[in-house]
Amino acid sequence: MKARVHVTLKPGVLDPQGEAVRHALGSLGFDGVGEVRIGKVIEVELDGADPAAAEGRVREMCEKLLANTVIENYAVEIS
Amino acid sequence: MSLRAGVIVFPGSNCDRDLAVALRGAGADVTMIWHKDSSLPSGLDLVAVPGGFSFGDYLRCGAIAARSPVMRAVSDFAHAGGHVLGVCNGFQVLIEAGLLPGALMRNAGLRFVCAPAALEVATTDSPFTRDFRKGETVTFPIAHHDGNYIADPTTLARLEGDDRVAFRYAVNPNGSADSIAGILSANRRVLGLMPHPERAADPAHGGTDGIRFFAGLAALTAPAGA
Repeated sequence: MKARVHVTLKPGVLDPQGEAVRHALGSLGFDGVGEVRIGKVIEVELDGADPAAAEGRVREMCEKLLANTVIENYAVEIS
Repeated sequence: MSLRAGVIVFPGSNCDRDLAVALRGAGADVTMIWHKDSSLPSGLDLVAVPGGFSFGDYLRCGAIAARSPVMRAVSDFAHAGGHVLGVCNGFQVLIEAGLLPGALMRNAGLRFVCAPAALEVATTDSPFTRDFRKGETVTFPIAHHDGNYIADPTTLARLEGDDRVAFRYAVNPNGSADSIAGILSANRRVLGLMPHPERAADPAHGGTDGIRFFAGLAALTAPAGA
């Protein structure tokens, strides 16, 4: 099984990198670009065949390491 | 009796020896502690977590180091009332380990900033700053890419209300909330700061304000029960 974890900054947390990318898109001539937010995708290969159990384990990994829940949200997809 | 200090060494730490030299210069007896050690030498008065790029700043600055075996022992030491200092990456590690609140984000200007930084001593009510005068300016170098301190409004208000901001930048170099350069734990015995006092600890460094910082630390006595 594979888990795909999306880690994103919480709403309201200023994203200096996203802001820089927004400016760069503007200077390339892309108009109409609103806020840009940068996050991470983490893919984790897992043993086992129970998707619910896998999701539980990955959520625990997110809480303990993969995300900093002070500033980041996470979402888990199991496939 | 001289101060007994332990300096933690992670793969990628690069200010560990500088910190040891500064502590020894102040008369401390210093032991280097490898990150895989799961216990600390007994009788330490201070644990110092150095600057650098522990684990290559992978995932988030300080995130992997904060989960290393030695940090569990450092956390126990802090919770038992031990004194802990985190400088730069060490500050990031202490935050990731949950010993200090908030987060350190990418600098608002996105650039790595390497320069002397004038700092206001915001409180003298801590074992780390009691030898300074409140409001006086000291200069310690900064060298970081992720020193933009943020916390939710409640946490910021609590830090302010409880007089837990130790140092503030005179000129904000990185976008930090309230120009925060360093903060204290609730028991005031854990200090994390982005600037490097150990890089201003010898006339050859171009500044000596750090000598006073480490001389003050040398006066720490063993915490009760340690």
